[in-house]
Amino acid sequence: MAGLLEATTEALALLVSGDEALWEIVRISFEVSLLALLIAVPPALLLAFVLAYGQFTGRRLVIALFSTLLSVPTVVIGLTLYLLLSRQGPLGEFRLLFTQTAMVLGQIVLAFPMLVAIGHSALQAADRRAWETARTLGASPLRALLTVTYEVRFGLLAAVLASFGRIISEVGASMMLGGNILHYTRNIPTAIALETSKGEFAQGIALGIVLLVLAFTLNILLHHFQGKGYIGS
Amino acid sequence: MKPLLATALLGLTLLSSSGLLAKETAPPATPTLKMATTTSTENSGLLQDILPKFEADTGYKVQVIAVGSGKALKMGEDGDVDVVLSHAPAAEKEFIAKGFGDKRYPVMYNDFILLGSAADPASIKGSTNAPEALGKIASKAATFISRGDDSGTHKKELKLWESAQLKPAGAWYREAGDGMEKVIQMAGELDAYTLADRGTWLSVAGKSPLKILYEGDKELFNPYGIMAVSQTRYPDINHAGAQALIDWITSPTGQQAIGDFKINGTMLFTPDADKSPAAAEEKTPEPAPTTAQ
Repeated sequence: MAGLLEATTEALALLVSGDEALWEIVRISFEVSLLALLIAVPPALLLAFVLAYGQFTGRRLVIALFSTLLSVPTVVIGLTLYLLLSRQGPLGEFRLLFTQTAMVLGQIVLAFPMLVAIGHSALQAADRRAWETARTLGASPLRALLTVTYEVRFGLLAAVLASFGRIISEVGASMMLGGNILHYTRNIPTAIALETSKGEFAQGIALGIVLLVLAFTLNILLHHFQGKGYIGS
Repeated sequence: MKPLLATALLGLTLLSSSGLLAKETAPPATPTLKMATTTSTENSGLLQDILPKFEADTGYKVQVIAVGSGKALKMGEDGDVDVVLSHAPAAEKEFIAKGFGDKRYPVMYNDFILLGSAADPASIKGSTNAPEALGKIASKAATFISRGDDSGTHKKELKLWESAQLKPAGAWYREAGDGMEKVIQMAGELDAYTLADRGTWLSVAGKSPLKILYEGDKELFNPYGIMAVSQTRYPDINHAGAQALIDWITSPTGQQAIGDFKINGTMLFTPDADKSPAAAEEKTPEPAPTTAQ
């Protein structure tokens, strides 16, 4: 117990003192995860929309497939990409293993099914008549899509935030694909794993606090927007 | 599908190298150098201490991937890194023999030690050699934590059991599959015995309840070697960078830097590059390297 208190106090001191190494790790985490999210969101939400409103054979199968992908362990995704990106693998010529790009790729693969699955259920919850009305009133499919998206913006925001929470806190894929290289691919979760293994619990806890504060902030934001939405309607 | 995927990937690389991730993906023959190494060199703090000096001297930038020696060599075999610094002489010899690297350069050594709780339930203190100490642990079925991760330390441990003509098995023998620090932590929590490299031990000794219970057998000698990954096999590897690092680390400057790295006044690694790897390999290891000053 004394150890926990001591480590936590030390952790807070590290955070407040603006420890450069610590904040660099935080910066790398955000750069990688935000870029991954930025790339994954548009195609994922478009796919979610097609799944919610399109009618084609195999639609249910695709939905089931993405729901299944949600429960694939991150290390399995890490391993699969590792084998693809290793120079022995089919994409080896790009020399992407142990780079930030590899981490971004891993996180895109992790975020994508979550965005599709949660995005799809959010879009399904929208009144189908919004789409039909918009179309009848002569809106282009794109315009109608935007209308529907606006209707369920909070559900979609929740999908984005949940995905962000998943990728910024996962350790398996980042460790395998990035290699936990100092100043380069060491992000918050891999640093926590490393510091813990070294017995440097203070830095591990400090980074854990950063993640907690982040999760808390995201949730507050989500509730804030949602609250406004309901009052306005 | 494959060309499409490849194009998408290329696009992603371009995107990330042009903008948000500017310090990204150095193409070969650039200053960026990838080195796979063992956890002991990274986590003891040695590399953070000496590599900045190499980087300042030469302008290279070394990216360190710290894993067990077995995995580090595998990364070298696959051409995923440019240079490997490890401590698994037999596996290193094989690495060179199979043509994955051109030459192994000795860099430094330290030694392995047997750690355990001060109570020493198997009374290994005062054993005449390491296999005997292990034999006592096995006959008492005292808890022993093995790295179990195919690292250099793990390979050494297995060899010691072999010398003791024992096959460790049973509830007392636990394979952690984890790095050295973690295993020392586990052994500390469980009052167990374990084999550790002295470098890592010195860097965590202050936080551990364990004690050195056996040391000094020449079988516990732990040499580190560095190898550039073969350019013949992987033409676009950063071979010039790898060679520059090897030249530096085996030079008087690099060797001095290794010797100067101390924790609480104790030298962790003894530099021993003498520029003639063949001679070095034949050289009989000195018993009990002088780590304490």
